[in-house]
Amino acid sequence: MADKKQDLIDQQLQGFNDDGVDRRGFLKCMAWAGTGLVWTMSGGIPVSRAFAKGYGKDAGKAGDFSFVQISDSHIGFNKPANPDVTATLQTAINKINAMSHKPDFIIHTGDLSQLSKPSEFDTLDQALKGASAKQIYFVPGEHDMLSDNGEQYLERYGKGTKGTGWYSFDHKGVHFVGLVNVANLKAGGMGSLGHEQLEWLEGDLKGRSASTPIVLFAHIPLWTIYPDWGWGTDDSEQALSYVKRFGSVTVLNGHIHQIMQKVEGKVSFHTAMSTAFPQPAPGKAPSAGPMKVPADQLQQVLGITDVNYVVSGRSLAVVDSPLGDSGSSASGNGDGSSGS
Amino acid sequence: MTRKNVWVAGLAMPVMIALLLLAGSPSVTAADQPAAANTEVKIDNFSFGPQTVTVPVGATVTWTNRDDIPHTVVSTDGVFKSKVRDTDETFSFTFTKAGTYPYFCSVHPKMTGKVVVQ
Repeated sequence: MADKKQDLIDQQLQGFNDDGVDRRGFLKCMAWAGTGLVWTMSGGIPVSRAFAKGYGKDAGKAGDFSFVQISDSHIGFNKPANPDVTATLQTAINKINAMSHKPDFIIHTGDLSQLSKPSEFDTLDQALKGASAKQIYFVPGEHDMLSDNGEQYLERYGKGTKGTGWYSFDHKGVHFVGLVNVANLKAGGMGSLGHEQLEWLEGDLKGRSASTPIVLFAHIPLWTIYPDWGWGTDDSEQALSYVKRFGSVTVLNGHIHQIMQKVEGKVSFHTAMSTAFPQPAPGKAPSAGPMKVPADQLQQVLGITDVNYVVSGRSLAVVDSPLGDSGSSASGNGDGSSGS
Repeated sequence: MTRKNVWVAGLAMPVMIALLLLAGSPSVTAADQPAAANTEVKIDNFSFGPQTVTVPVGATVTWTNRDDIPHTVVSTDGVFKSKVRDTDETFSFTFTKAGTYPYFCSVHPKMTGKVVVQ
């Protein structure tokens, strides 16, 4: 059943690509409600398959690596949707530490804390110290800049960054860019990058070879998912125009506490689960507030994202795993795709 | 100017007002106002309700956050700005000049509201 669906998705995506994705500006939006999907960008041809098969046969070559994205830890949150967010963060870290292929680093896409309190940041730091990957890259969420315009965030997690905390780095041939779209938000608007950051981004990407795989990461999605709830970034189009010429672009976001994916030309967008609490699907609740699920189901809706880069295919594969999932199997609630 | 920007938490407000009344402080307008002039705005489900409130000059508006998520109350024109308000925390502001005061939540800027002072 699940395999059938994955095969169908494979065929669909292959079909889109044959159809000349770029020129037609084809836009395909998909959301997977569950788990267990490898996302591979191979030379601009998107291919997806259940991750029990396929992944791993090329692993281990020089230059191959993986990293893990975690998001929305909301340390300090203690409401019914999850009274112990420190414990679920710890479960996420345990899951990372138990991976058979060790990630080179971790990216945290923001909302480290609930209220930007020093004690919350302290608790997060303490938990992350136990991660097998020692290098951790951060971008802030709106919850991390609540009381002091992000000064404390910058002091702790943004040393050496520009502006409100943006920066870039290279790792084994892949160029990573951390962007901040939660600062200086305007009444009535969504996320915002702002002129200064956009200018910096244009300069940062200029002169890089179009064959360099690019990974953009930021807290609020850099694509418009649901404007009524502010799930998008007002000036993301401008940012995305700078990456159009690159052959492989992966955009990783958090904020919405659920997995959503979209492919647009050679750009694949992906949002991660939270380690703290789930939020409702767009428009399926009166607001985007924390969603309470039965306690025994909580770990199915929290999770981590494992991203693999395979040199031979010049590709990035994205695998989401809920905290409650003990193995890398495509079973469970791999509910297939739903258009969005 | 008698503009007052008071931080109150829960039950502290009536006590504070009573103390100020007893003290007969000239800077406080509460004594001159009917109780109805003081208006409540609830923050619920990522929205301000009512979204527009109309009050007389000198009225105090109090916002209460009833969400599980922190919010702020920030004047678009820089007239007032709350600290972050977690669940059940409040913010009050006394409006001493007629006018229209648009505001929003700086954490979730889709949340907007308006105070009209007549």
